[in-house]
Amino acid sequence: MEEMTSILAESGAREYLTFTLGQEEYGMDILKVQEIRGYDAVTKIANAPPFLKGVINLRGVIVPIIDLRIKFNLANQIYDEFTVVIIINVLGRVIGIVVDGVSDVVSLMPEQIKPPPEFGTGIDTQYITGIGTFNDQMLILTDIEQLMGGADMQLVENVADNHLDLAA
Amino acid sequence: MSADLSQFFQVFFEESAEHLAEMERILLSIDPHAPDEEELHAVFRAAHSIKGGAATFGFSDMTSTTHTLESLLDRVRHHELGLTAEMVDAFLETKDAIAMLLAGHRDQAPVDLAVVESACGKLRSIEGGSLAAVQIVGTAAVEPDAGSVATGEKEYRILFRPPADLFIRGVRVEPLFEELASLGELSITAQVAVPEDFATYEPEQCCLSWEMVLNSTSSLEELYDIFMFVADEDEIEIQVIEPALKQAAVPSCGLEPSEQKHTSKAAEAPPTLESPGRRLYDRDETAPNAFGRRPADGTEATSIRVGVSKVDQLINQMGELVITQAMLAQTAQQFDPVLYESLHRGMALLQRNTRDLQESVMSIRMMPISFIFSRFPRLVHDLAAKLGKQAELKLVGETTELDKGLIEKLADPLTHLVRNSLDHGIESPEERRLAGKQPGGTITLRAAQTGGRIVIEVIDDGAGLNRSRILQKALENGLSVSDEMADEEVWQLIFAPGFSTAEKVTDVSGRGVGMDVVMKNVQALGGRVSISSESGKGSRVLVSLPLTLAILDGLSVRVGDEIFIVPLNSIIESLQPQPDDINTVSGNTTVRVRGEYLPLLRLSEVYRIREAEERPEHAVVMIVDAEGEQVALLVDELLNQHQVVIKSLEKNYRKVDGTAGATIMGDGHVALILDVGDLVHLWRKGL
Repeated sequence: MEEMTSILAESGAREYLTFTLGQEEYGMDILKVQEIRGYDAVTKIANAPPFLKGVINLRGVIVPIIDLRIKFNLANQIYDEFTVVIIINVLGRVIGIVVDGVSDVVSLMPEQIKPPPEFGTGIDTQYITGIGTFNDQMLILTDIEQLMGGADMQLVENVADNHLDLAA
Repeated sequence: MSADLSQFFQVFFEESAEHLAEMERILLSIDPHAPDEEELHAVFRAAHSIKGGAATFGFSDMTSTTHTLESLLDRVRHHELGLTAEMVDAFLETKDAIAMLLAGHRDQAPVDLAVVESACGKLRSIEGGSLAAVQIVGTAAVEPDAGSVATGEKEYRILFRPPADLFIRGVRVEPLFEELASLGELSITAQVAVPEDFATYEPEQCCLSWEMVLNSTSSLEELYDIFMFVADEDEIEIQVIEPALKQAAVPSCGLEPSEQKHTSKAAEAPPTLESPGRRLYDRDETAPNAFGRRPADGTEATSIRVGVSKVDQLINQMGELVITQAMLAQTAQQFDPVLYESLHRGMALLQRNTRDLQESVMSIRMMPISFIFSRFPRLVHDLAAKLGKQAELKLVGETTELDKGLIEKLADPLTHLVRNSLDHGIESPEERRLAGKQPGGTITLRAAQTGGRIVIEVIDDGAGLNRSRILQKALENGLSVSDEMADEEVWQLIFAPGFSTAEKVTDVSGRGVGMDVVMKNVQALGGRVSISSESGKGSRVLVSLPLTLAILDGLSVRVGDEIFIVPLNSIIESLQPQPDDINTVSGNTTVRVRGEYLPLLRLSEVYRIREAEERPEHAVVMIVDAEGEQVALLVDELLNQHQVVIKSLEKNYRKVDGTAGATIMGDGHVALILDVGDLVHLWRKGL
């Protein structure tokens, strides 16, 4: 897998799944995506941060659902038949993320990707690997693995200790 | 041929390891003054099986070591020698040496031959030392007509006519000859039975027979034992030609004067009639495991070895089946029971069959805790000797069953605890005498299943934890402590990483890597550790673990819009309280149940669920057992009893406080399974 990715990278092109969050268009490495599905009723988890909507049953496997719209403080937090969940495979886990919509799969050459601008204080910019341009549209490329593994996501056990305080 | 054999190596290694463990278990429990006949026989059989296997596979170092052990054991069990504590120690040492040799063959682990030699030397010196005494016993037992036979070399004529399928069965004869040669002067003549019709001759058939002449001090029975795994009695014939009346050289081992009476008669009588009891006995025991035996000879195998991954797969599939069955049952309820009677009957049958199947499948993974407990007698025996202490180990509830996965992970923490008890808890005999106690301390290991948990206690009657020393040490380590702390809080301090109150670091304990590791390991299994101690009386460490089975019986309850599963085995009763029974104690609600005031835990409060029923008299109160303590749990409604499959939340998410996992309900939704004990902890912490 790693080798394939690097060969792809050498030839230049990498594929990204693009999705929208609010007014912004994001992209993530397509190889991390397992499937895309609609939003189902979730089972809430007590004392979990608000962006963790709960868990669902994905063919017999319990999968946590994270609403990135809440995480990024976006206005639209409606759940209806158009709400989309991207099931991703990161950190050896299966995680579902809720976004406003999934747009396309695009292939970007390295020259189409620019380094991310420095915003100073914004903590979330550390998960941005670059800014891509596709059809004159700006695409924010995210390192979804690092985003999910971040301490504030509380997906990984070793940050469990501050969990209660945050929820309170 | 050796390629063929190697596939059996693993079986031999596993079996030998089991035999060694069995030997150790018996040797530790045996009373040297009044040894149990059966147990002596069992130890002998274990040694004998190992020897036979080792000989078959050509591990001559194991064969000779086991042989030395076996020959002494044989004399003990025939009451030629009395069992002594010294002997038991030598046996244990030899057992370790054999285990080391085994590891050497299996994992190419380094083998210290000096240890092996010293163990054998001890056995020989015990045997040799008691030789004089034995000879009197031996000759006394010899019948008058056999009295003329003195200890010495005899000439045996051995006729070995193996069956035609000898090679097909994968039997190697070379180790056999080597073993015989090790007993004395051996000459072998092979005879080839030329097939009459060469056209139909099959090259894999054995047309050979051997005639051997052996000059040896070994007994006839020992010779038969060598052939035990290869040939049946009718295929082997051993005769004593004439007693070689030379002066008996003092043999290194294996001298058995009392056997002489057998050999003198052996010439005229077939050996099976000699001592039928023993032969039959040994054969029955070893036959199922013995390699090289013809299938018709062996009794049916009583166990098979299966990879754990296969069992896990079976359990996973079982889980899916239970869910499917639950879904079907839910769907079937929509059909009119009168019109679709056979459907409902079928569903009921399916449910019962599923349940039976599930119980059978689950029981595969369950193992008695004696699997770990059995290693402690040896540990205590050795460690007590090393520390110059006297300690007795009591095991209670060894038959308590728990999941194999748990057992494996529990071994290390428990070992730590037992070592700690012996090193820090139990005092030296002098100290104990001064304190007015028996010189020998007692360590009790107790396992029991209470509610949905397994509780394991390590209790010692030693000095107890030293409060002032712990506090002082904690101060030195920079922990924030005060003299006013409650005992329970002080005991918790020893779980801090790097904490040790031992005055000097020994190789037993004192390096401060003990209790925090215990705590971490047990917590990783979803368990808890607590300590109670009384100065001068002893201390008790309690490890409580969830009975993590893949499937459990639970009651689904509703709180607001949420569904939870409460494990059935932690529920004592459910009731609707009367308004009079509800009281408050400084803001906390209590429920009176038959005169007892129980704290009321509102699930909606712990899990922050809105729209739940707040008034206990309009809801349902479940009395649950939270590790021995009764707590009233307030829920909105009881729904249904289910068998639920525990799904891990940790796999993709993380552990959720107060839960034992999640499950998938019949309608496909996820419900959390409550861990009542953990829930109460969480609740208390939140208050």
